[in-house]
Order: sequence, then C-alpha cells, then structure tokens
Amino acid sequence: MKIKLTFWKIVFLVIMALGLYSTFVRYYYGLGAISNMTDQFPWGLWIGFDCLCGVMLAAGGFCMIGAVYLFNVERLHSVVRPAVLTAFLGYLLFIVGLLFDLGRPWYIWHQLIYMNPHSVMFEVGMCVMAYTTVLFFEFLPNVLERFHLNAPIKWIKKIYPVLIVLGILLSTLHQSSLGSLYLIMPSKLHPFWYTPALPFLFFGSAIAVGLAMTIFESTQSAKAFGRHLELPVIVELGGALLVALWVNALLRFEDYFHRGMLGQIIKPSYEAYFLWLELTLAFVIPIAMLSFKKVRMSPQGLYLASIFTVLGFITNRLNIALTGFETYVGHHYLPKWTEFSVTLMIIAMGFALFGVAARYLPIFPEEEHAVQQSPRIEPGPVSVTAVLGHAGD
Amino acid sequence: MSKALLYDATMCIGCKQCEGACAQQNKLPYDDKVAAESVQSAHKYTVVMTKDDKFMRRLCMHCEHPACASVCPVGAFHKTAAGPVVYDVWKCIGCRYCMVACAFNQPKYEWQSLNPRVRKCIMCPDRIASGKPTACAEICPTGATKFGERDDLIQEAQQRISQSPSTYLPRIYGLHEVGGTSVLILSSKKVEEYGYPSSERVGETPMPEYTGRVMEKIPDFIPVWALVLGGVYWVSHRRDEVAAAEAEQKNGNNRNGGAK
Ligand code: SF4
Ligand code: SF4
Ligand code: SF4
Repeated sequence: MKIKLTFWKIVFLVIMALGLYSTFVRYYYGLGAISNMTDQFPWGLWIGFDCLCGVMLAAGGFCMIGAVYLFNVERLHSVVRPAVLTAFLGYLLFIVGLLFDLGRPWYIWHQLIYMNPHSVMFEVGMCVMAYTTVLFFEFLPNVLERFHLNAPIKWIKKIYPVLIVLGILLSTLHQSSLGSLYLIMPSKLHPFWYTPALPFLFFGSAIAVGLAMTIFESTQSAKAFGRHLELPVIVELGGALLVALWVNALLRFEDYFHRGMLGQIIKPSYEAYFLWLELTLAFVIPIAMLSFKKVRMSPQGLYLASIFTVLGFITNRLNIALTGFETYVGHHYLPKWTEFSVTLMIIAMGFALFGVAARYLPIFPEEEHAVQQSPRIEPGPVSVTAVLGHAGD
Repeated sequence: MSKALLYDATMCIGCKQCEGACAQQNKLPYDDKVAAESVQSAHKYTVVMTKDDKFMRRLCMHCEHPACASVCPVGAFHKTAAGPVVYDVWKCIGCRYCMVACAFNQPKYEWQSLNPRVRKCIMCPDRIASGKPTACAEICPTGATKFGERDDLIQEAQQRISQSPSTYLPRIYGLHEVGGTSVLILSSKKVEEYGYPSSERVGETPMPEYTGRVMEKIPDFIPVWALVLGGVYWVSHRRDEVAAAEAEQKNGNNRNGGAK
C-alpha cells in the first residue's frame, strides 16, 4: 500500500491536526479560551455556520426525497442516494458541532426528559433528533446492500412511505423553525433581517440551497470519482433552482416592501454592505447566470451558479446570526482562529466520510463507475475525499 | 400576589451596599476590585452605575412573561408565583438561548468554567419564601431599593411621581415594558442613558408572544401537512401504479434505479 501525499491530503491533515488541538482547548480550558464569544455575543460562528448553515446545506436530502419519492419524479432517481448520504452526514456533523457549542454537552440528553414545548429550540432539537433517525433508515439500505442483507431491506421498503412523509414533515418543521429561533429578538436583530417572515424565508432558502447543493455535489463527485455526469438530471435541477431563486427573491422583496424597508436597504450603511453582498451572491448573480439557456445547459455554468447560490445563502444566515447583532451590541465579533479550526475540521470530516461512503457503499449507480468521461471542472476540496478513498488501495 | 422591587434612583446614594449584600447572599466574591467593576457578569448579578453624580442600578427585571424561561429548551428558567425568575442549573444544557433572547441582556455566562452555569439575579427566592425581603432591599440604607407587593409598589411609585413631578420623569420603567416586570424603576434621568433598552425598542408585547404565534400553530400544522404529504404520495404513486410498482422493485434490487 502506497500513500501518496497530494496537496489536498496535506491540507486535510493540517486541518485535522489544528482541529484536534482546538478540541483539546475546548474541553480542557472551556468556551472562553477557545472562542471570542462573550456575554454580549453568546452565539458565534458555531451557531451561525455549523448549525444554521449546516442544516441548510443538508437540505438536499429532503428536497430530492420529496421530488423522487413523493412526487414520483423518476428521472432524478440517481441523485437521491448521494443527497441522502450528504444529509445524513450533515446532521451527524451538526450534532458534533453542537457538542462543541453547548456549554454542558454532557447533559444534552436532558432534552429528552425536561421538555419545554414553548421553546423553539426544543422543537428544533426534537425534529433534528427524529429526522436524523429517519435519515439513518433511509441511508441504511446502502449498507445492507453492501453486505447483501436482503431481509431487512424488504422490511425498510415496507415502511418507506412512512419514512418519506415523516422525513419531509420533520424537515419542513425544523428548517423553518431555525428561522423562528430569532423571532423572539425583535429588539436586538437588525431590521434588515428581523421579520415575522423568518420561518418562511428559512424554509425557502433551504429548498434553493438543497437544489444547489445537489447540483454542486453531483458535479463534484463526477469529477472526484471519475463518474459520468448525468447532464439531463442537473439541467433539470438547474431549472428548478432558477424557479426557487425567483420565489425566494420575491419573498424577500415583498417582505421589505410590506415593512417599508426598501428605502433603507439601498442607503449605504455597515449592514447594507453585508446585505448587498448577500443579495448579489444569492440572487443577482445566479439568477442572471441561469437565465441564459447556454449556462443552464452547461455543467460548468450550473456548477458555478450553484456555488454562488450556496455562498449567497451562507452569507444570509451569517448575517442573521452575526452581522445583524453587531450594531445592537456595539462592537464587532470576529471568531477566534480556534473557532474556525473546529468548523473546518467538521467540514473536512464531512468530505472524508462522504468519500469513504461513496467508495465502499453503493451510493452511485454502479455500472457508471467504469465510465470515465467526466466533464472538465475546476478541482475543489472534494478531491480530498477521492484521495482519501484511494489511500486504501 | 407577586412580589417586586422598586428602585428609586433619586434616593440612591451609590454606596453599593446592595452589590455587597447580593454577593454575600449568592456566595459570590466581593472586594474592592469587584466593586469597581461597572458591568454585570457571572460573578456580579447587580451593579450600581454612576453618571454625572446620579446613580442607576441594574439587575434582572424578573419579567412577568420572561423570554429566558420561554426559550429554554429544557425549562431551566421559570417564573415563580411569588415573582422571582429562578434557574435550575441541573437542567441547563448550556445552549445560551436565554442570553440571546433576554431583551435586557441579564443572563451572563461562566465562560471560563468547564461546566459553566448561567448566572443572573434570582431575586433571593429562599428569602422571599421565608417572608424576608431580598438581600439588596434589606441592606439599602435609604430605601432606594424597596421590596414589596408589585401592586403596592406601583401605587407608591405613582404617588411619588405625582407628589414631586419636578424630581421624576413621569414614567415607571418596567410597568409595561415587555408586558411588565417585577423590577420597577423611578428616576430623574432616562434609564436608557445607563444602558437599559428604550421602551419603544422593547415594546409592551411580552417577548414570548413573538414565537408563540408561530409555535401555537404547529400542533394544527402537523396533522394537516402530514395528510397533504401522504395525499401527494398516494396520488403521484397511484397515477402510475405500474411504474411505481416497478420503481419499488428496482429500489429493492438496488442500484439501477431510474438512472438509465
Ligand atoms: S430580564 Fe431577562 S433574564 Fe430577567 S426575567 Fe426577563 S428575560 Fe429573564
Ligand atoms: S443556556 Fe441553559 S438556561 Fe439558558 S436556555 Fe440554554 S439550557 Fe436554558
Ligand atoms: S434580589 Fe437578591 S439576587 Fe437579586 S440583586 Fe438583590 S440580592 Fe442580588
């Protein structure tokens, strides 16, 4: 067995090493030592990115399950498994992130015995817990197939309709409830982002990002695993993404319009710059790109548009979680490097696990492993996973 | 009947004895260094601030409808019938939602601890239960911090304002803010100058209502949405029953799916 040190592999190892150091700091010296969170900024990068964005980035699972199994759109079948895998990993890592962020993670099980039904966070917690279980069962057939255990597969197939309906129900609830978390802070969150429509906006953005992530991930894995890219599938997803972006943009516009904010959002201010960045990345660029048929039909175009969408909505959620509080608090919050390093480690673990799963489990349609005609795409961090996968050879 | 504290800033002489008494009551460290700290923290529940020879106290407002209690996923905070909003450290998982949700930024965190607690004034519930005033009210030499029935204190505050309208601003901070609080403040200077959120900013709606409006719909939403989803599933699979059966079978035997 020869282990070749490639660029991405070194990056991966460095990220993991720094992450482990930060983990030590977190559990040996506490939250104060590892983060720049304070009494004024009790929620930092981990809530903003790992939780709010993490759950959004994992939305591809329920979007694709919904399209293929609920609406019975057979054509998209090939992307369901990777999307479910991403979602399952995403939620597992979300829980890992929580273990860093919670001050007393060893009492996380209290959630099950001391319930406060008035708390949005209680609802999110319960939904995430239940949904991760559902995802586990949706993902399990991959493993069972790998070991040719057909009896339990049959059993899971029987309850599949229930799993599907339950999964989408739970997703609807917690994706939107993440937005409701902020409803109780009308006096703190900046009016650019505080709106009674937050739950709707969070649900809408989850769908747009779910579609964008599925495009991104199909294209990336085509590149990384040398698979044939199914162009018609991502073209169709690209069309859906365009519609989803328009719907989101319209929701945002109506929200600002009804709250009489349109005059304020065009006036330059600290918050306005961040808002403009968010709107440009999430709406202006990808909508403009996808409006050209040529872009909508090309893998590179779709890939880029999906990246802009994802970055745009990540900016949106970070604005809600961080930027939106800075004026109220009166000072800026910049995460400490150790906070970044924990987040990076969690992302890297996600890529690595995806790579391992994609390599050893029947995630992608099998006969296509052999076909080597992936379109040319810029190399991205997912290559780490490919590298890692090959390391076992 | 619920108890409350009335703090009259015009009577306060800035002796900070309430700070010391609170620290003693809650077993917190207190010395000259802590006394000099002008911000609340995990080891300082209440603080007396000075501005242009005028004083102002800060402490948890003990809201009638506390946001901290409403958001806590494990219900570690709750409003007692007697008035205090108390904290059960055993339940707390450390999510810090209470800190972000409190409009008065009262809960503070033990950031340096490995098993951190949320800390804030708890209005001496043990003392109240045994019929005593809070430690800070008991020690106050001028009566600037006064303990009593909320209704009585409101009346008294109104009297003080009407008797010397030139001394006081005509408002009792905490009477209506966020739906009313168990700490009431009288002063000659705007409380906003000392870092309290303005009345317009926090409004008179109890904070939990903002989320309650959404949360109360969920029990109705779940069965309806489940039925809709189930219906869509049934219709879309019914419409093409043969294809659906085929797809199911394909799934069962894996891999090939609809990929071709
Ligand atoms: S002031 Fe804040 S901490 Fe105190 S009871 Fe109200 S919401 Fe809770
Ligand atoms: S930090 Fe503790 S008390 Fe505050 S909301 Fe979370 S669990 Fe409840
Ligand atoms: S009521 Fe009790 S806990 Fe609160 S500030 Fe006064 S002494 Fe401290």
